Amino acid sequence: MNVVSIIFVLVVAFLAGLEGVLDEWQFHQPIVACTLIGIVTGHPMEGVLLGGTLQMVALGWMNIGAAVAPDAALASVASAILVCMKGASVADGVASAMALAVAGLVLTIFIRTITVGIIHLADAAADQGNLARVNRLHLSALALQGLRILIPAAFVIAVPAEAVQAALEVIPVWISGGLAAAGGFIVVVGYAMVINMMATKELWPFFFIGFVLSVLSGITLIGMGILGVCLAFIYINLKPEFNGGGGSSRGDSVDDQLDMIMNDYE
Amino acid sequence: MTDNAAVSPTRLSEATRRKVWWKSQFLQGSMNYERMQALGWCYGMGPALKELYPDKDDLAQALKRHLEFFNTQPFLASPIFGVEMTLEEERAAGVEVDDAAIQGVKIGMMGPLAGVGDPIFWGTIRPVLGAFCASLALSGSIAGAFVFFIVWNLVRLAFMWYTQEFGYKQGMNITKDLSGGFLKKITMGASILGMFIMGVLIPRWTSMPMSKVVFSKAALSNAADTFPGIAGLADAINGGTVNAESLTQGVRSVGTLASTDTVSMIDGVAQVVRTTTLQSVLDQLLPALLPLGLTFLCIRLLKKGVSPITIIFALFAVGILGALVGIF
Repeated sequence: MNVVSIIFVLVVAFLAGLEGVLDEWQFHQPIVACTLIGIVTGHPMEGVLLGGTLQMVALGWMNIGAAVAPDAALASVASAILVCMKGASVADGVASAMALAVAGLVLTIFIRTITVGIIHLADAAADQGNLARVNRLHLSALALQGLRILIPAAFVIAVPAEAVQAALEVIPVWISGGLAAAGGFIVVVGYAMVINMMATKELWPFFFIGFVLSVLSGITLIGMGILGVCLAFIYINLKPEFNGGGGSSRGDSVDDQLDMIMNDYE
Repeated sequence: MTDNAAVSPTRLSEATRRKVWWKSQFLQGSMNYERMQALGWCYGMGPALKELYPDKDDLAQALKRHLEFFNTQPFLASPIFGVEMTLEEERAAGVEVDDAAIQGVKIGMMGPLAGVGDPIFWGTIRPVLGAFCASLALSGSIAGAFVFFIVWNLVRLAFMWYTQEFGYKQGMNITKDLSGGFLKKITMGASILGMFIMGVLIPRWTSMPMSKVVFSKAALSNAADTFPGIAGLADAINGGTVNAESLTQGVRSVGTLASTDTVSMIDGVAQVVRTTTLQSVLDQLLPALLPLGLTFLCIRLLKKGVSPITIIFALFAVGILGALVGIF
């Protein structure tokens, strides 16, 4: 493994760490992080497959309010290193990613706690009107989050591939088989997280329409997306609550004009 | 700074607003358990405060004002940045805007806006786009990652800039728009799409391979024994003990057996070509009944406050136990 690709992997690890807290550019999402690591280590296919598989698992992992979700950043970076640099299989990568997600979660809680100290330093800097120092303190807290992934990633890179292989071979078949089978259905936890956040009595029928239509394998996911958007438009246009009141609608959007036309017919 | 009278406050330049927009992406960088996004908010407001308060003491006061507790969905902070910039413009020009008003607008807007942003971005756009791109990736295409990255960030950056500008131009008027129907429609529409796609994904992308055989080859060959084989049939014909009726009967019953795709005639002998498993029996009832049940179980557990990671490990344990018993 040459030095250049190790440096690139560490850069991806650092970016993933930043994004694990920022949640803006999404470098921590498995499909991005694993694919990038796959490319820089010369194993793009393994990275893409691992990224796609993990993306489905991590679909609903979201930080809402103070609650912290399992950490996609460490899970995708470290498991991609195992698969692309140490020769582990994609199934092994998915299983190890779950343990890594917990480790990453613990690490980010730790950083979020010590960042409280940095906030108090920022208070002092604000007292002096020192904006540059406030900015530096903010970015240093962010850098800690980057190191949170970079340091563990460096450790995983340092472990010799033979040791990883030997450790994987020790695992009995029923465990690895069970983990692989579980990998097929742990994705439901992500779905459940998304549904749990959005579901209302009003929305459940749309879920079941999707569930039943799903057997029509001729309709691709993009087709299903279009269908979903159409359902949303139809429902919103017909819903009395959005058509009757109209007090706040300014009548300048297509939607509002549509509403008016609809109302005229009623 | 110009010597404008209090009546017409200094407007922030577009360059400054662009800086605020760029820096607002780092809102969550110093996320912590005391004041959440407080320092990130102050970092984002920095360029605007610096332009409005050239005096160091004024700047210190302004910085302290913007280090108060703050937490919302990161992209929905943008309209709040816009509104706060207009408030600070007025205050810098001498209009009576007290600290409580500046903090009050932030606190008042962050809750409802997070309630809009979470279902739209985390509940719909990211899972739906992620699922499209993951399916590209699983089909072996490297483009999945790039499509995800580019589309997501274009949408996000455009959203943040335009909503920040909207908040800046509307100022305090925005609170009227927030309670209006438009936001409700957007949130409702996004949630419908999100729920629909979740319904589609559960059967498509969950695999619970229940390979335990419930209808085995042994049971089938038992059944086959009760039907006359072709050889037996030939013997019967040769011995003259068969009539036209029993012959058609025999052929028909072999035919029905062969027409199920479980058994087919190969070289005149009934062969088992497909074994019926627990999975195929369940699939006949309703495909993906098991993943659906499992999803509902997970939702129940989440509602009871069980952490997702605990559920994931419990499912791994189920997988290992299942493999040990031989279900999977």
